[in-house]
Amino acid sequence: MSIRLEKRSLRYGVELPQNKLVAQSPIELAPLPEVVTIPLEENIGAASEILVNKGDKVLTGQKVTDSDNFDSVPIHATVSGEVTGITTAINPSTGQAMKVITITSDGEDKGGELKPCPKLEATSSEEILKAVREAGVVDADGTTSPAHVKLSPPQDKKIDTIILNGYEWEPYVTSDHRVMLEYGEKVLSGLNIMKKVLSPDNVYIAIGDDKKDAMDSLEELIVKAGYDFKITPIKAGYPLADEKTLIKTVVDRKVLIGGSAADVGVVVHNVSTANAIHEAIYEGKPFIERVVTVTGVVRNPKNLLVRFGTPVKNLIEYCGGITEEGSEVIIGGPMTGISQFDPDSPIFSDTNCVLVKVSQPIMDMDCISCGRCIEVCPMNLMPALYPKYVKFGRYEECATAYVDICTECGVCAYVCPANIPIVQYVRIAKRELSKRMGME
Amino acid sequence: MMPDMEFKVSPSPHLWGGRSISKIMYLTLLALLLPTAAGIYFFGYRALLVILVSVSFAVATEVLVKKLRGRPFIMDGSAVITGLLLALVLPPTIPLWMVAIGSIFSIAIVKEAFGGLGHNIFNPVLGGRAFLTACFSVEMTTWIKPMGFATEAIVATTPLDEGFVWSWRLAARLALYKDMFLGNTAGTIGTTLALLILIAGVILLAFKIIDWRVPLAYVGTVGVLSLVMGADPILQMLAGGLMLGAFFMATDPVTTPITHRGRIIFAIGCGVVTIIIRRFGGMPEGVYYAILFMNAITPLIDRYVKVRPFGFQKVVKSAT
Repeated sequence: MSIRLEKRSLRYGVELPQNKLVAQSPIELAPLPEVVTIPLEENIGAASEILVNKGDKVLTGQKVTDSDNFDSVPIHATVSGEVTGITTAINPSTGQAMKVITITSDGEDKGGELKPCPKLEATSSEEILKAVREAGVVDADGTTSPAHVKLSPPQDKKIDTIILNGYEWEPYVTSDHRVMLEYGEKVLSGLNIMKKVLSPDNVYIAIGDDKKDAMDSLEELIVKAGYDFKITPIKAGYPLADEKTLIKTVVDRKVLIGGSAADVGVVVHNVSTANAIHEAIYEGKPFIERVVTVTGVVRNPKNLLVRFGTPVKNLIEYCGGITEEGSEVIIGGPMTGISQFDPDSPIFSDTNCVLVKVSQPIMDMDCISCGRCIEVCPMNLMPALYPKYVKFGRYEECATAYVDICTECGVCAYVCPANIPIVQYVRIAKRELSKRMGME
Repeated sequence: MMPDMEFKVSPSPHLWGGRSISKIMYLTLLALLLPTAAGIYFFGYRALLVILVSVSFAVATEVLVKKLRGRPFIMDGSAVITGLLLALVLPPTIPLWMVAIGSIFSIAIVKEAFGGLGHNIFNPVLGGRAFLTACFSVEMTTWIKPMGFATEAIVATTPLDEGFVWSWRLAARLALYKDMFLGNTAGTIGTTLALLILIAGVILLAFKIIDWRVPLAYVGTVGVLSLVMGADPILQMLAGGLMLGAFFMATDPVTTPITHRGRIIFAIGCGVVTIIIRRFGGMPEGVYYAILFMNAITPLIDRYVKVRPFGFQKVVKSAT
């Protein structure tokens, strides 16, 4: 039986210009930043206790927060040096205030002793989950939910499938592609750890069919190591925004509204998460760095291995600076990324890309009801309705039109002839609705 | 470090397909040039004059009304399309001042009074035509034989005037079909040559400007119903404004439903009303009123015909 399965394609969406400028550039090590800003409430889950004080010396990988709650993960210092502040800063992806810790690097990057786990065969699932939690591994694809929580589904739900997401659906972004090519062995080993914990029947690796080289090299590695994994090529298109659409595309199961992947017996993880899990178990290394694609109108676009908390300006400078006037700096890809106004905005565990792009004005004309947004929406929503409702403050009607399940992939705004920033209206509606929920 | 670093910001997505309203309009206009050229070929300078008057008054009205409303005028081509389409559904002999009135009414009342492009309930072209038919019924139903650039006009009847009947004289039928398909029958400026309208429609379909469901469901409904009701389906499908209406008016995004299912309901409704008017109504042609009528029903269709979101389940509704 062949490892590579039949190609699958999306049942919606569009083909985007790929612009994967650095798909062939090897991962480089980004220089250590002088100062890192680490968010303390990065992952969802219970609030953690701060373990250090201002003025304390910390080592690379030393825990700075932890809690007794199993559902949250500890956060680690990403450089060695001195804690120079525990303050608030603007969250680069939501614009809200968040608690952060700043550490000024001593430039030595001294780490504590790493405690790798013994051989995998001799390690129990509980020990693995504990080690993954201890390393602070969170989902690297935008949700930042703790990896070990996903790997410990409720007792009543049997997980029979793991999908490793290497699809990488946004233009420009190549970080997962490079991770699969260069860290393939670690990714597969991380996947194998997940498999041991969950013992599913099937393990699929979903890869966009534009990444032939990654598919080939992973296939070779799977054969060599004798893993029981299957590769599912997916016709490149946009969007494959979240778990639900990926599950539908790969195994044709439908997650109901309000449901989760575990309901249909599936766990989805990202390739970078698998890599981090491998490092957590076999190297005892905490999750303090990831691969980030720095691309767009910078002099030398690169794929960089970056410590969390590095200011975005460092990466842009390292890549030779911005070459065009009137550019935006976007953390994330071109479709879902957020424009930054602050050059000091830090890189987080879910940052796969820093895109510098010449800003385009948005026209926001009147909707002509052409229905193109409805045709492309991966969640089968009617995006055209939201701007109309929001403009008149009719937020309840947004809720009745299922605005909450919108994944903000942006494909509706991409095809909109009137150039309406539909996603922004969706965000306004969601925010207004959650505010009202809070008031009640 | 970088003191002069100042970033622009904008909401995601940061990419845009670039298929703008004006691009869609100009592509539609390009396709419309085919029936326009045919109209001028068959009805000569007179047709050209009607077209010029209609288009220029439409654009001028749009500029003026936008100014009165204090809104910016955007040359997106929509006013040109309205003017051109209106000319195409007028008889070539109509006095030019009537054309101007129709054009002004289309833009000022049917389109801009409702809020401009995107807000109008009725198709401006059809609103203008209905207004002209109500005001000048004689001029609006006087037809001439296609005479090209000759000056002599011969009054004639349109194929639809023969009524809602079925004829068994096959040879005569075939000659009539050929005339209608290749354009040698009396009628409005833009509708005499079904073949070119079909080609223009295929262009629109190829560029994915219109939804194929609408013309298919509309023309199909007309064909099936005429067959069932004992009329000549091929004549009914080729005659009058059906082809132009099905490809260029029933597909107007603004005044038709937004969902696929809604559009199919809309198109079938158009077909049914067209046949009812042609069979039982006081006038031979029903396409334009049928579409106008369905325009009025569009908000109702959009209210009840929705798409179901991914993972929809009935339980969700009862839970809330």
